[in-house]
Amino acid sequence: MAGLTITGLHKRYGGFHALKGIDLTIQDGSFAVFVGPSGCGKSTLLRSIAGLEDVDEGKIAIGGEDVTDLRPRDRDIAMVFQNYALYPYLTVFENIAFGLRSRKFPETEIRRRVGEAAEILGITALLDRLPRHLSGGQRQRVAIGRAIVRQAKLFLFDEPLSNLDAKLRDEMRGEIKRLHKEIGKTMVYVTHDQVEAMTLADRIMLLRDGRIEQEGAPLDLFERPSTGFVASFLGSPTINLIPGRLVTRSGRSAVVLDTGESLDLPAQRAKLDDGERPILLGIRPQYLTRAAGTLAAGHARIEANADLIQPTGTRTFVTSHIGGVAVTAELAAHDVDNSEGRIAYALDMARAILIDPSTDKVI
Amino acid sequence: MKSRSRRQLRLTLRYLAIALVLIVFLFPVYWLFMISFKTPDEIFSSPPKWWPGQIQFGNYAVLFKDGDVIAIWNSITVSFASTAIAMTLGTLCAYALARFKTGGENLAMWIISQRMMPPIAIVFPLFLIYVWAGLVDTHAGLILLYTAFNLPYVIWMMRGYIEDIPLELEESALVDGCSRWQVFWRVVVPMARSGLMATAVFTFIFAWNDFLFALVMTRTEVITFPVQLTHYMGGQSNFWGKIAAMSVLGSLPVMLTVAFMQRYLVRGISLGAVKG
Repeated sequence: MAGLTITGLHKRYGGFHALKGIDLTIQDGSFAVFVGPSGCGKSTLLRSIAGLEDVDEGKIAIGGEDVTDLRPRDRDIAMVFQNYALYPYLTVFENIAFGLRSRKFPETEIRRRVGEAAEILGITALLDRLPRHLSGGQRQRVAIGRAIVRQAKLFLFDEPLSNLDAKLRDEMRGEIKRLHKEIGKTMVYVTHDQVEAMTLADRIMLLRDGRIEQEGAPLDLFERPSTGFVASFLGSPTINLIPGRLVTRSGRSAVVLDTGESLDLPAQRAKLDDGERPILLGIRPQYLTRAAGTLAAGHARIEANADLIQPTGTRTFVTSHIGGVAVTAELAAHDVDNSEGRIAYALDMARAILIDPSTDKVI
Repeated sequence: MKSRSRRQLRLTLRYLAIALVLIVFLFPVYWLFMISFKTPDEIFSSPPKWWPGQIQFGNYAVLFKDGDVIAIWNSITVSFASTAIAMTLGTLCAYALARFKTGGENLAMWIISQRMMPPIAIVFPLFLIYVWAGLVDTHAGLILLYTAFNLPYVIWMMRGYIEDIPLELEESALVDGCSRWQVFWRVVVPMARSGLMATAVFTFIFAWNDFLFALVMTRTEVITFPVQLTHYMGGQSNFWGKIAAMSVLGSLPVMLTVAFMQRYLVRGISLGAVKG
């Protein structure tokens, strides 16, 4: 049993309040991802869990044991760093064995465990080399190997893939996910990359300005963001945010854009009270499709010029101006052809996210 | 063809220049060695003899017979001991300054400023203290002095080298089960090895070359090699044979040290050039 519980965690650097009261629970054996823009406190939070930062207030418990005041080495954690942190003067074998040696493991046990880890990561042939003779991906594997031989209770990853090129990053991402399945330990992973967060996590904690903005399963956060910030952080291309007014008259609601078009909301999303208020209409690019003859239920039709058409092979991204802002639609590859001028879109209003522009909260 | 011969000419000129510089710098060393093997007659013969008539070790034999070589031994003891102590203490201090910001930015500056003090300014007050403390003419006295004088330099240099070590390496070791001490020995020392070697060589040479302190603080028991040399220079005559033999013996330890550490020296010095 080695879940992680954090209560009321605060961290200040001089006048800068880096963590402003973090409360979270990570279940034993799950994969949690801290994600957020740079400076949101996600790395500080991870380093606090590792014991590399002293916290000012709050408690950290690993597997039910309070570790807040323990030294890093007494917390039974393993950590993978962004820059790999391999010792350049030691061979790959000795790098992986480093933690075992400092804990005075017997030589036979060290050989066995390093051999196993190397096997899992496919680096057996590299054991006698020095880190400077390895490629970036191989170094990252060694760094992970050093973490897994320890068989620690908790694994921490601090942006481990951000120094790799795109192709290798995809590959290593898959490998980390496979590794998690294989060894089944609790893992906490920090990244600023929302794709990594979505693909790896059982549970995402999205941080902003030292607070957890929202936490939940990846698809939960994606489909039911609690704020405009969460909505625009997750998803690629980013969600379209179109300014307008939410107008409710006798049980029927519609979004009236600043440019005058009115987009009806489906009945189940209607607001009870009559009236109107300013709103940001959040609609993800994949929920803008081409309008066919008759509109599907819950869809609203709007026409716009295709300003920019970008085919990627699988999907084609079309940029238009709707409600006075640039809006991206993600269409099927052959849905649109390059010379097209005007396009009729169907907006899936059942999937629309309505954001109060003054509070950034989703309503 | 033309460009090829021109290149050849340029190369020849370059080697000539190198040869010239080498001769200028190496000739005194050569001459020193030669004198040490010559008889007094040969030393003063005119025209000078470029090569001794026969290699003889009389000049060295005298040094050993009279027990003068103990000065070399004294120098070795004092220099090695003070270097070892200054390197150990200095590297630890430097680690504290670099990683825990002990004393803020100003403490490090203050420490190096101690090195800027001209030794002559304090040699006599120190002498009085040494007389009071009974440290005059002892190995411990000289070791203490050289350690104190080298510490600021060691701290300053090592602080630069340590700051260049990626912090993540140390953090990784901490998480992996090391105490601060283990981090120091297993990560910081191996990472700063070139810097350690380079700094140690300079520290050693300082102690080895020191004349002022050794002259003032010693009498008969702990005479070091530079002081011993002056005993061969008299008002009436100089014992050139002895001077040369003693100088050869005195240069050898430093030459050997530098030769062995050349690899680290070059890397260490160029590392320090970037920062520190």
